[in-house]
Amino acid sequence: MKKKYSIFALIKNSLSYHENWQRVWRDPEPKSQYDAVIVGGGGHGLATAYYLAKEHNLKNIAVVEKGWIGGGNTGRNTTIIRSNYLWDASAGLYDHALKIWENLSQELNYNIMFSQRGVMNLAHNLHDVRELKRRTHANRLNGIDCEWLNVEQVKKFCPIINCSPHIRYPVMGSTLQRRAGTARHDAVAWGYARGADAMGVDIIQNCEVKGIKRNGDSIVGIETTKGFIKTKKVGVVAAGHSSVIANMAGLKLPLESKPLQALVSEPIKPIIDTVVMSNAVHAYVSQSDKGELVIGAGTDSYISYTQKGTHEIVEGTLKAILELYPIFSRLRMLRQWGGVVDICPDASPIISKTSVKGLYFNCGWGTGGFKATPGSGHLFAHTIAKDQPHALNAAFNINRFVSGDLVDEHGAAAVAH
Amino acid sequence: MFIIKCPYCGERDHSEFSYGGEAHLVRPKQPTELSDDQWAEYLFMRKNIKGLQYERWNHSHGCRRWFNVSRDTSNDMIYSVYKIGEKPNK
Repeated sequence: MKKKYSIFALIKNSLSYHENWQRVWRDPEPKSQYDAVIVGGGGHGLATAYYLAKEHNLKNIAVVEKGWIGGGNTGRNTTIIRSNYLWDASAGLYDHALKIWENLSQELNYNIMFSQRGVMNLAHNLHDVRELKRRTHANRLNGIDCEWLNVEQVKKFCPIINCSPHIRYPVMGSTLQRRAGTARHDAVAWGYARGADAMGVDIIQNCEVKGIKRNGDSIVGIETTKGFIKTKKVGVVAAGHSSVIANMAGLKLPLESKPLQALVSEPIKPIIDTVVMSNAVHAYVSQSDKGELVIGAGTDSYISYTQKGTHEIVEGTLKAILELYPIFSRLRMLRQWGGVVDICPDASPIISKTSVKGLYFNCGWGTGGFKATPGSGHLFAHTIAKDQPHALNAAFNINRFVSGDLVDEHGAAAVAH
Repeated sequence: MFIIKCPYCGERDHSEFSYGGEAHLVRPKQPTELSDDQWAEYLFMRKNIKGLQYERWNHSHGCRRWFNVSRDTSNDMIYSVYKIGEKPNK
């Protein structure tokens, strides 16, 4: 039985110098057989297990993770959450997630530090203005809050942006989604892990999948570094390594895995109380609660699983940041890192059954999967439990690459890919 | 960050080059005769290998010529560079 976190628990535990807090999740050895196994213990995988247990009453399930939970892209992203996507299918998917985010701390009894501080998307040329105004209208038609700000309103909402008309890419306006914002990325993984563990889900860390065993067109089980696990259902949520797992099952996916970088500055006093993104110059920035500026850079052009990017990508992003925010010019950068992201040709995810019975894939989130974590898990759990997609992820099936019914968010998404 | 040895110009920083994706994908001669599955296989499905990969690069800020590279995508080590039309020696 999990003890509830509350102000009273905090006071009680302070009396014993915080040395007697209950363990947040168990560290079990794998059983020989499960009803379903989730491969990948990031936010999406743990959320999938949580909703499988909570809404579909599947309790004999496991999450296997080759490293430690939340150590991949869940712990490497820039924590931005928004749902201002152009197409109806994407709007439905991402706003479903945003609605879950809004009540997630209460539901999990775990503070994920969700902060609806607003996300701005800047326009720097006439095409940007037209495209972003179109997106504002499309969002409103889909019931998603979105506003258009002119230059004066941009300056008022975020005063440190350089709104001079004389810079190379002048700011010509911006969209603003006020319900959007950020959350504490590690806490999302930990909160879902705690919730899933409380319902009996086995979270098995340091357990790498080495093979997928098929009997004809059905799944029999998985080979791992901790032995063979028998199961009829495998849900793969392995982000950059999705193709590696797919190859074990004899499948090919329409994915390319590339390094995506982010960096943070030394901590400073509060200076930016929102998230500002710019597609045209590829710069986005927000400030963490520790005071660091959190800056997202771009992907490298080539396939690589190295979790490190190249210097010129960082240089390009910082040039753009400095032109938009001259006030940051003497700030030093503290840390830089990379994650391996799996990118689909249409820059939309895959949450789908496959040609192998009992094998499901949730992948292709590319450069923007964090914002979808709760919705992704919720819909993937539905897909696995019912063996058919939920209405909200039906468009994100793997067959769209055969039918041609793509969800093309490449140009329409808020940042360049 | 790595150095690529262009078969025409010699060793240069990789930022001078553009990546051209998986090598040795042959465009079907009669696309109209393919099924949707076969066309999707050619157009979208990729090995996306973690390990030794054969890939195309273009020396876009140099001689602007295409060539092939074999590289380990798990550590960005380059094993060999060979011209278009040649077979990899590994």
